[in-house]
Amino acid sequence: MTASALAVRGISKRFGSLIVAADIDLALPLGARYALIGPNGAGKTTLINLMTGMLRPDAGQILLGGEDVTTLAPEQRVRRGLARTYQINSLFPRLTVLESVALAVCERRRVAQTFWRRLPAYREEIDEARQILGVLMLDVVCHRPARELAYGQQRLLEIALALASRPRVLLLDEPAAGVPRDESKELFAAIGGLSHDITVLFIEHDMELVFRFAARVIVMVGGSILVEGTPAEIASDPQVHAVYLGKRERG
Amino acid sequence: MPPIFGVLFDGVAYGTLLFLLSVGLSVTLGMMNFINLAHCSFAMLGGYVTVTLMNGLGWAFFATLPAAFIAAAAASVGLERVFFRRFYNASDLEQCLLTIGIVFVSIAAAAYIYGTDQQPVQLPAFLRGSIQFAGLNFAAYRLFLIAVAVLITVVLVATLETTRFGAQVRAAVNNQRMARGLGIDVDTLFAITFALGSGLAGLGGALAIDLVGLDPSFAFTYLIYVLIVVSVGGLGSIGGSFAAAMLLGVGDIAGKYYVPAIGSILIYLVMTVLIMLRPTGIFGRR
Amino acid sequence: MTGATIAEPREYLQAQMRWRWGEIAFWLATLLPFVITPDYLLLASQIAIAGLFVLSLDLILGFAGIVSLGHAAYFGIGAYTAGLLSKWGWGEPLSGLLLAACAAGAFGYLTSFIISRFRHLPLIMITLGIGLLLQEAANSASWLTGGFDGLQGIHTWPIAGRFRFDLYGYAAYAYALTVLFVIFLGARLLIHSPFGLALRGIRDNSLRMRAIGAPTHAHIRTIFTIAAMFAGIAGAILAQTTETVSLEVLGFQRSADVLVMLILGGTGRLYGGLLGAIVYMVARDQFSGLNPQYWYFWIGLLLIAVVVIVPNGLLGGLSLLTRRARAAPP
Repeated sequence: MTASALAVRGISKRFGSLIVAADIDLALPLGARYALIGPNGAGKTTLINLMTGMLRPDAGQILLGGEDVTTLAPEQRVRRGLARTYQINSLFPRLTVLESVALAVCERRRVAQTFWRRLPAYREEIDEARQILGVLMLDVVCHRPARELAYGQQRLLEIALALASRPRVLLLDEPAAGVPRDESKELFAAIGGLSHDITVLFIEHDMELVFRFAARVIVMVGGSILVEGTPAEIASDPQVHAVYLGKRERG
Repeated sequence: MPPIFGVLFDGVAYGTLLFLLSVGLSVTLGMMNFINLAHCSFAMLGGYVTVTLMNGLGWAFFATLPAAFIAAAAASVGLERVFFRRFYNASDLEQCLLTIGIVFVSIAAAAYIYGTDQQPVQLPAFLRGSIQFAGLNFAAYRLFLIAVAVLITVVLVATLETTRFGAQVRAAVNNQRMARGLGIDVDTLFAITFALGSGLAGLGGALAIDLVGLDPSFAFTYLIYVLIVVSVGGLGSIGGSFAAAMLLGVGDIAGKYYVPAIGSILIYLVMTVLIMLRPTGIFGRR
Repeated sequence: MTGATIAEPREYLQAQMRWRWGEIAFWLATLLPFVITPDYLLLASQIAIAGLFVLSLDLILGFAGIVSLGHAAYFGIGAYTAGLLSKWGWGEPLSGLLLAACAAGAFGYLTSFIISRFRHLPLIMITLGIGLLLQEAANSASWLTGGFDGLQGIHTWPIAGRFRFDLYGYAAYAYALTVLFVIFLGARLLIHSPFGLALRGIRDNSLRMRAIGAPTHAHIRTIFTIAAMFAGIAGAILAQTTETVSLEVLGFQRSADVLVMLILGGTGRLYGGLLGAIVYMVARDQFSGLNPQYWYFWIGLLLIAVVVIVPNGLLGGLSLLTRRARAAPP
């Protein structure tokens, strides 16, 4: 049996008396397109933080491609193929679009510590960055500082940065959040165009995205997984309806 | 009795002074994360107010203490409105430099107005001298200092724990965004807390004159001690400030008594190590 | 559609990194003191030394975002190393520089393990603590450092056996300026390298750096060590050209002064630090007759003014003005 691309087993985390993750079990098969939904405060972003290593779990394991990465630092998990984007843009405001992605590429290729050769000498890295930007339609603005981009373009840059590390597993935290309708076309194209070698888990509130791209949906409430199924099953599940309308007690 | 008790007593007295000087900075740093290196300038202001009122206008020592508090609090309100308010979201560096600039100006102003000599202050008769107990001399002034600090600590803790104002302060220190979301007027709260903290520093400055002296370099010399107390004790923690101030006070006096050659080195070393081990302070959050 | 109207990346980057006329003019102008103000060559050498020191601080602060209140520690180690070496009989300047760089770099490397793990107030306090610690230790170890009186008996040999350091200052300024220029070239290359880009990434958003797999701690250790070496070299030049070393080379005053110079000129631009050093040192020399209190009054006001009005320093303000001038309607 092939190992899942990413699996968490028995992950728990609390802050004082606030339980943000309660014994979570989750497995993403290779090439999966899973959506993670749930009301605000359900612990979705916390789960991503636990998976990426920004938060340390109180208990449980995280397995990346079968390898136990629970004790590894975030940058080490990135090296092993786990990348994420942020719900609120976390970019390099003063770096240009090209510089940002080139930086990510250089870090991946471990050339970012060389200080005795100028950046233009690194043809392959710059070309690769240019290529990633081209796919995401960002190359027209590649010399503008990240903070000057339109919001939708910044969301695309978020994804570009994650793609530059050539992930095997990609965690997208509300990629469409705050993107105006007229800018979301490129975003949807970018997500749809993701290679099927990459396993994707995305948190979303936008049901159009969920229905369009997710093969399976996981619903989280109050730090635990409530139910898992195909988009159609979830859409018609009365428990899920109640959760979103607030009638269900926390389990 | 062995001299260690005398050292401990002096250390505790010094520690209570450091606490008075530091507690305001700890709370305001915890609340707004605004690095106010000019905190001890307010303390110095309080000291000079006392000196001016006593030596220049003949006020009684006790009468000058509230004046020192009020003067420092008022000055802090002025500075907060004009400058600090605009820098709450600025970088650490900008906050440091802005407030260091204010320290420089205050030191220069103090030197210009009062000269660089130590300021003499005549304590009321009953505070001079000492009390004999179990074969040791307990300086009356130090007993007085400890009493004042204990009183203020009790008032502070009572305010924080029992009043609505105190609850709001605790909430804002704990999670500013959530406090705002709950409708707490964090900006006004901060202005009041800032004024109170600076006022306490001013009071501390006034009380410090007889213990450690007052000259224009006060604003800087004691800044380092205050920063040590705040960093080691934990931002926003009154208990932490108290513990750290006691540690530093006793440690400093003991160091100067027992190992004068390396006393300061030990202090800085211990501080650096403690901050490394617990960056948020002994009692700090997160 | 791609590539039609935008500049080719490599060409664009190369164009950004090209030497500007202003830079060439600046460095040519540094030769002027030899001709125009030969009486001030000693001051000029002091400015070059300060410029090198500020450059080293800019690398960690302006480019990597590390706020240090104790950078003089590395300057002082360099100064004492060169001074002691000379006092013990070996006064050859260039090898003294090398040894000073190694000593300061070693201490920088060791402390970088601590420094790279903290930010905000704890970082500021730790850098302050290290500086104060070193100053106290140097004070205590007066058998080694000469304590309050400073090192005695430093005698620097002439460079290459011919150029002697004397009160006229020709050799001193030529020496300091050359070293500054060479190191500047190195620093300029560094900030245009992928490593320089990584530093700016750390400064802009160190969390995101980790999320793209960057070993931020290792990067910070590297730049901190390099900056410590440069600071040590600056200290060594001071020791060699003035043939004195006293405790103040390690002091908070010096750490604060270099911060002021950098902020004054503008961080993250290399030339900002140099400009700040020139303005500050010239002003200090002009007003050296003033009572020290007045000096601190004006410096304090200047600091406040800079932070409030031109947070990006003089160079930042200048570039803002030129941008506005270009955008203004004719």
